[in-house]
Amino acid sequence: MRVKLEYIAPATVEEALRLIAEYGEEAKILAGGQSLLLFLKQGLVAPSYLIDIKTNLSKELSYINVEDGILKIGSLTTHRDVEKSRIVKDEIPILADVEKDLADVQIRNWGTVGGNICVADPTADLPPVLVVLGTKLKVRSLDSERLIPVEDFYVNLYETVLSPAELLVEVQIPKIPRDASIAYERLSHMKGERPVVSAAAFVRIDHNSLKCEEVRIAVGGAGSTVIRARRAESLCRGEKMEENLLQKVGDHVADEIEPSDDIYYSRDYKREMIKVLVRRALYKAVAKIRP
Amino acid sequence: MKTYHVTVRVNGVTYERMVKPTTTLAQLLRYELGFTGTKIGCDQGACGACTVLVDGKAVKSCSVLALQVNNKEVLTIEGLAAGDVLHPLQIAWLEHGAYQCGFCTSGMLMTAKALLDENPRPSEEEIIMAIKGNLCRCTGYVKIIEAIKSVAQQKGEE
Repeated sequence: MRVKLEYIAPATVEEALRLIAEYGEEAKILAGGQSLLLFLKQGLVAPSYLIDIKTNLSKELSYINVEDGILKIGSLTTHRDVEKSRIVKDEIPILADVEKDLADVQIRNWGTVGGNICVADPTADLPPVLVVLGTKLKVRSLDSERLIPVEDFYVNLYETVLSPAELLVEVQIPKIPRDASIAYERLSHMKGERPVVSAAAFVRIDHNSLKCEEVRIAVGGAGSTVIRARRAESLCRGEKMEENLLQKVGDHVADEIEPSDDIYYSRDYKREMIKVLVRRALYKAVAKIRP
Repeated sequence: MKTYHVTVRVNGVTYERMVKPTTTLAQLLRYELGFTGTKIGCDQGACGACTVLVDGKAVKSCSVLALQVNNKEVLTIEGLAAGDVLHPLQIAWLEHGAYQCGFCTSGMLMTAKALLDENPRPSEEEIIMAIKGNLCRCTGYVKIIEAIKSVAQQKGEE
């Protein structure tokens, strides 16, 4: 049991930023705690300061708006609020679908989108979907602010590019263009479990030629972070998204990504599953496109 | 470890205690306040036996820090019945035999209550999705789902 642990619930974002600038590595930021509490109980983290941002900052950082064609979600918005939001269902329905199946209602009621993103679990559902949506993360420190594309956010297992003095404040997702759609496929052996592997695909098609104008493919659970399969994506551009191409792309993604073994599943199994999931995600995305 | 003041309303009564930062809501309820109807199964946020309602929302109390429910309303299994009058869900549990060892029961009932408060006539699929976070090792869930369905149907007839 920790001997020294102080709890602080800052009243404003500015105060929170001052605290994390001062305490740095000695502090852990507590949002919903649906991941952090487990790490604390298991002794995987042992901070001297617990900075609770959920209690007082939710009024400032929990929101869902559309501004300048971008869906903006405050980092302390709960999963449940995203799941139920009319705005999300209208603008980025895939996000509401993914949130509906995420964990269970109890965890979604208390856990936050920002907390989930920052935990950097490589099997998490949101990162692959956010990557293919072209999501940017607004991050603040005492004296600066930056906008980080999600695909540049993850460094390693449970590690992001955030410095200890930085706080994720907002998730920005551009509206989905016409002639584009997104699909997400996950493989888990029981509902509510973390996926073995998962694949998200964004496809935009020219409605005259039916050729692919833009594609983004991201895979979760294959490595220490979410991985974008850029080389495989280039196979699609300018091509008609037909069955045998999708098959080829799925195979290429599995080759490009080189999944690693984990304690549950072998890399060979993941390779085979990635081929299938990528193909299915691409197929579903294409099928959903309304010109 | 330093302790901090928390004020919480449980089943309509206000309590004040000093707790450690790491004290969970489950620990506060059971060990500080004596509400042992809430069970700690896995203590990892997986089994849901510890489910209670905070401001009307189902949460796993083992995964919520006590200090985060400061000034909030908590409903535990002890607050489900109105004195001697059982909640319709509790009656349904008895009528359908939706329990064996009873360890998952408090959490399961709280989750079911939250579901019906928000969605009075859920489909079977919605019931199944709603109890996803509550594990039962004894019953195989069938009677639990039937019990919840029976209350949902009753509400529909009202």
